[in-house]
Amino acid sequence: MRRQDERLREICSEHAYREGALLPILHQVQQEFGCVSEDAERVIANCLNLSRAEVHGVVSFYHDFRSQADDRPEVQICRAEACKARGVEALIAGAEKTAGSRVRLSTVYCLGLCSVGPNARIGDDMQSRLNSARLAELIERA
Amino acid sequence: MTLVRVSDDSLAKACGADEVAEAFVAAGAVVERVSSWGMHWLEPLVEIDGQGFGPATPADAQSILNGTSALDIGRIEEHPFIARQQRLTFARAGRTRATSLKDYERTGGWKGLERARLIGPAATLEEVVQSGLRGRGGAGFPAGIKWQTVANAPGPAKYIVCNADEGDSGTFADRMLMEGDPYALIEGMTIAGHAVGAEQGYIYLRSEYPHAIAKMETAIEQSIHVVAPFRVEVRVGAGAYVCGEETSLLNSLEGKRGEVRAKPPLPALEGLFGKPTVVNNVLTLAAAPHILSEGGAALYESLGVERSKGTMPIQLAGNIKHGGLFEIAFGITLNELVYEVGGGTASGRPVKAVQVGGPLGAYIHPDQFDLPFDYEAYAAAGGLIGHGGIVVFDDNAEMSRLARFAFEFCAAESCGKCTPCRLGSVRGAELIDRIVAGGREPDRLELAPQMHNTSKVTRTKTEQLQLLDDLCEVMRDGSLCALGGFTPYPVQSALRHWPEDFGLGDAS
Repeated sequence: MRRQDERLREICSEHAYREGALLPILHQVQQEFGCVSEDAERVIANCLNLSRAEVHGVVSFYHDFRSQADDRPEVQICRAEACKARGVEALIAGAEKTAGSRVRLSTVYCLGLCSVGPNARIGDDMQSRLNSARLAELIERA
Repeated sequence: MTLVRVSDDSLAKACGADEVAEAFVAAGAVVERVSSWGMHWLEPLVEIDGQGFGPATPADAQSILNGTSALDIGRIEEHPFIARQQRLTFARAGRTRATSLKDYERTGGWKGLERARLIGPAATLEEVVQSGLRGRGGAGFPAGIKWQTVANAPGPAKYIVCNADEGDSGTFADRMLMEGDPYALIEGMTIAGHAVGAEQGYIYLRSEYPHAIAKMETAIEQSIHVVAPFRVEVRVGAGAYVCGEETSLLNSLEGKRGEVRAKPPLPALEGLFGKPTVVNNVLTLAAAPHILSEGGAALYESLGVERSKGTMPIQLAGNIKHGGLFEIAFGITLNELVYEVGGGTASGRPVKAVQVGGPLGAYIHPDQFDLPFDYEAYAAAGGLIGHGGIVVFDDNAEMSRLARFAFEFCAAESCGKCTPCRLGSVRGAELIDRIVAGGREPDRLELAPQMHNTSKVTRTKTEQLQLLDDLCEVMRDGSLCALGGFTPYPVQSALRHWPEDFGLGDAS
């Protein structure tokens, strides 16, 4: 616990030179710890001279930040209009079955590949022109 | 050895460009990774001496190299999709390596900035005004007027903020520009900084674009010496659609919840950290280098129609055969875009609807396809051109589900600050369900004897439709920003043009 707090303080001071540093700090904390926990919020608030309520308000506002870590691999599937027009909705039931509880499927709205959907993202890897077989393969490999 | 050019745009990569490039290296060719031409149905597109081959797979490498491939599309520059365009903002697309300073300089890079510095801030502002450039993010506010307001605002510190939170479905021009020509955006921001007297620029880039983030950061690092004393920094968003709204974006940059601010004060006077701030879309800022080049402003002003001047990078997306980036002067009709350029639907079925301008744009019926691409013409027809995204749907689309999705999306992405958007979106989705179900029975609570002022009879479909109309009016007029304010556009346009999808006989 002490070591985690120390690392959190380090992260805060690494970003101290920035104006409005909270978001970059939260991104790094989320990346290193897999979440922004209640304890982390307390330390960050303390470093930035904010109340924990203010930090928690920001953490809970944005879809990218989580309050609890989830070690499962994540597959993001775009379900916005352009991917709907290319038939993503028909893939969802099959994908959920393949994913089971092992893989976390999450919905995103737009990966910016709207002319070649349906699209998915795993880490920084994007995949386009998905059909049910290719999506199932991606989920199994995740 | 043969020089093979393959794009490293994230769309090309998602279609397998990395594997194709590896296959060419293995076959003994020299591979250069360049930006994308924007012909997405042909990605991964392979270019050898100006000749194009696509869509290529690793197995095609041999036959492409020995000239026997059936994927040959002829000279890329002469391809009808490219030849018909007027590329100013995307002049370098497909032609240069994204982060190569040498390529950028060789193709006229930094010329606009040099000239802006030579003629001074006042003349720079004048040329941007003269060009007629309007904000490409959606609102279409004249960029020159915004810059002048910031320039005239008192205060020692000012900011240039680039809105790269391209969250609209069906749009990808910002992403392509940042991944393919990042120096153009940096040059545009530096010109803006020079014109208004700002020394710090921020690019607010969404986290869904990891490749764009990486390329922008590399480009910023490599061009520090050119743009100094101006500084640019990338700030990564955190998955909130509403942060594409300028005041919400500013709050997010300040490290706060991305809640919308009431206007006034305008960001041009009290923006980031309360300082005068230019907030412009990627495409607006990236148009500046061309406008500031010799004779650029006059050329820009000569293109387009009425008050929509210059070119618009239009994005053809969804169920379309030839999807991609199509930059052309304003005034082109949807008929031309969807059928002539786009080749109809990818599925080969009839076009049922197109949505122009992202999730908040109206659904347009094929009967209206003679509408010219122009800010005012769309506004008059009850729509918007927004960021220039066109999403095509075939006859499998169910408009009632899409209308419901518009409300669901608004509910998921609402910042929660104003009531019409926060509550209206949830109630709207419920109303669509009731309309489709044909009305609604009073619930147990309403039937309870002590509830004197509730209706005890079945609500008819007509009553529900009236309620939806009222709700849409409240959202449109009462919301703080475009998220709640424009959600009625897709809903009401779907209801108006496709009443049969809602179980209605005719438009009632």
